[in-house]
Amino acid sequence: MAEELVLTRHQGKPGLTTIEGYRKVGGYAALRRAIEMGAEAVIAEVKASGLRGRGGAAFPTGTKWGFLPQGVFPRYLAVNADESEPGCFKDRVLIEEYPHQLLEGVLIAAYALQASHAFIYIRGEYRLQREILEAATREVYAAGMAGRKILGTDWDCELIVHGGAGAYICGEETALLDSLEGRRGQPRLKPPFPAIKGLYGQPTVVNNVETLSNLPYIVTEGGAAYAALGTEGSPGTRLFCVSGHVERPGTFEVPMGRTSFRDLLGLAGGVWRGRQFKAMQPGGGSMQVLGPQHLDVPLDFKAVADAGSALGAGALVVMDETTCLVDVATRLVDFYRHESCGKCVPCREGTYFESELMHRLEEGRASREELATLADICAGMDGRCFCPLGDTATWFVMSAYRMFTQEFEDHCGAGHCPVRSRVGAAA
Amino acid sequence: MSDRDGAVPAADLDPAVVARIRELRTLYPLARSAVLPALWAVQDRIGYLPAWSEEVVGRELGLLPADVAAVASFYSMYFGRPVGRHVIQVCQNVSCALRGADDLLDHLRGWLGVDGEGESPDGAFSLEGTVECLGACGGGPMMQVDRYSYESLTPERAEAILTEIRETNPEGPVGG
Ligand SMILES: Cc1cc2nc3c(=O)[nH]c(=O)nc-3n(C[C@H](O)[C@H](O)[C@H](O)COP(=O)(O)O)c2cc1C
Ligand code: SF4
Ligand code: FES
Repeated sequence: MAEELVLTRHQGKPGLTTIEGYRKVGGYAALRRAIEMGAEAVIAEVKASGLRGRGGAAFPTGTKWGFLPQGVFPRYLAVNADESEPGCFKDRVLIEEYPHQLLEGVLIAAYALQASHAFIYIRGEYRLQREILEAATREVYAAGMAGRKILGTDWDCELIVHGGAGAYICGEETALLDSLEGRRGQPRLKPPFPAIKGLYGQPTVVNNVETLSNLPYIVTEGGAAYAALGTEGSPGTRLFCVSGHVERPGTFEVPMGRTSFRDLLGLAGGVWRGRQFKAMQPGGGSMQVLGPQHLDVPLDFKAVADAGSALGAGALVVMDETTCLVDVATRLVDFYRHESCGKCVPCREGTYFESELMHRLEEGRASREELATLADICAGMDGRCFCPLGDTATWFVMSAYRMFTQEFEDHCGAGHCPVRSRVGAAA
Repeated sequence: MSDRDGAVPAADLDPAVVARIRELRTLYPLARSAVLPALWAVQDRIGYLPAWSEEVVGRELGLLPADVAAVASFYSMYFGRPVGRHVIQVCQNVSCALRGADDLLDHLRGWLGVDGEGESPDGAFSLEGTVECLGACGGGPMMQVDRYSYESLTPERAEAILTEIRETNPEGPVGG
């Protein structure tokens, strides 16, 4: 497969984590090019690329940049490196292997937006990755590409790597800004959106690591060339994380729209141990389950939405025939219970009751009536929470219940997990 | 998040840490933004956040100690009490669970002599109880020890890794 790649096109070349090695593959030429083109022209190329945010919500990047109010300064860029979505590890790969590609993308965006500061908010657990970025940042300062009068222009921009301290909710853009301001990381009411009133009440763009890592290519090759790698509705390429019951888990960069879930599964070596495919979760822990009937769906925003799920943050978790979907749903519900920030009642209380009930169900101690209660709890949460965390805490479990109703019902009053014991008997 | 009885006078804090906090303060448009990095600077030096660290950080950044404490308590990675010399996290989220994370965790609990979560009797390790996805799902089951992750583990391999860490880094976290 001789597909053109963007994010991983330099894969295997030596020394990419140093500025010297990155320059050898043409690194930082795109930043110079962007400055020659001027901010407006860069924004136009990003719009032409059709690039949509890779952090989960898939909002068109150029459009988001266009929301910044004219003439209001200072402005900030916040880079979302909080990657905590279960099943996602692509931003980590982009940071570990291509830190300068990310920093070049950050500087291009900061230049296009005329930001005075770019903050990279990285989850606390990524300690090693934070140190990699800090080292790369020092090199960028030493090369005169951050700080005062960057590359001889009148543009000043500080580049700051900021470590979080363990809270999934800080990946939500407004919680991230509160955390960056030195507060508890809890979501803010929107509107106003960050583009209007963000960090310190000033216009702020929040973009994901992968989103920004595409910019050097877009500036060098042009927005149209980037768009053409994918399809009209899903331009460009994407770095998908494949994990779970596959032979070779890992990240795979593929063109969007023209690749299917089955292709991606094939790249990961197929279902492991010669077993049958049972289910998959695209997008990370927040998204709805899909079944074998969806394997030929292309990695296209609309096609996946029509199938009842979303590409979210670009993960694919594969489950083989031995998997208990009630167990998987219980783990995800526990995750949301643990990560609920506690600000609003439907999420704080809902995830608690959801989790208590799911544990009873998984252990075979829940009744059929309780299964109906589960649906009621989720209905009371979805669409009623302050931020999307609470809504998404219901999506996997309810979609699994709909697709695997019999499996959920078989758990009721069974006294144990019927799937695990069936699997145990077969093994 | 606090350790009121074991209070140590703030004067005992390494001056290099105070200097670091003052430097951090100047990086941000508002000093308050330096709270998280300042707390990290203290914890990196002494392994946890004693109650007096809220006062030191508050004093340097112009915040009330209670305000600093309220922020610190929100985040799961700040420790209010001393912990083992190496912190072990075994991810229990879906991708790792599908590949045997529960067995790995059970095994390590037994091997370390830790009931659920907490310190091993020799003080070398702290095992965390609830650990969510650590962004190494392609290498499940995995554990993170201090700042490094160890992937595609079997119980035997995990034991061997921890044994080596205990012997080669007796003083504290791997990598400083
Ligand atoms: C609960 C929650 C967690 C999120 N976590 C992340 C994250 O870890 N990384 C990320 O880039 N976006 C995350 N997002 C999405 C961000 O709010 C935001 O949409 C994104 O950073 C914007 O960047 P993009 O347009 O480049 O995708 C999260 C959203 C929610 C609601
Ligand atoms: S939905 Fe959950 S995470 Fe979001 S604000 Fe409410 S309590 Fe916090
Ligand atoms: S699910 Fe274990 S590291 Fe992501």
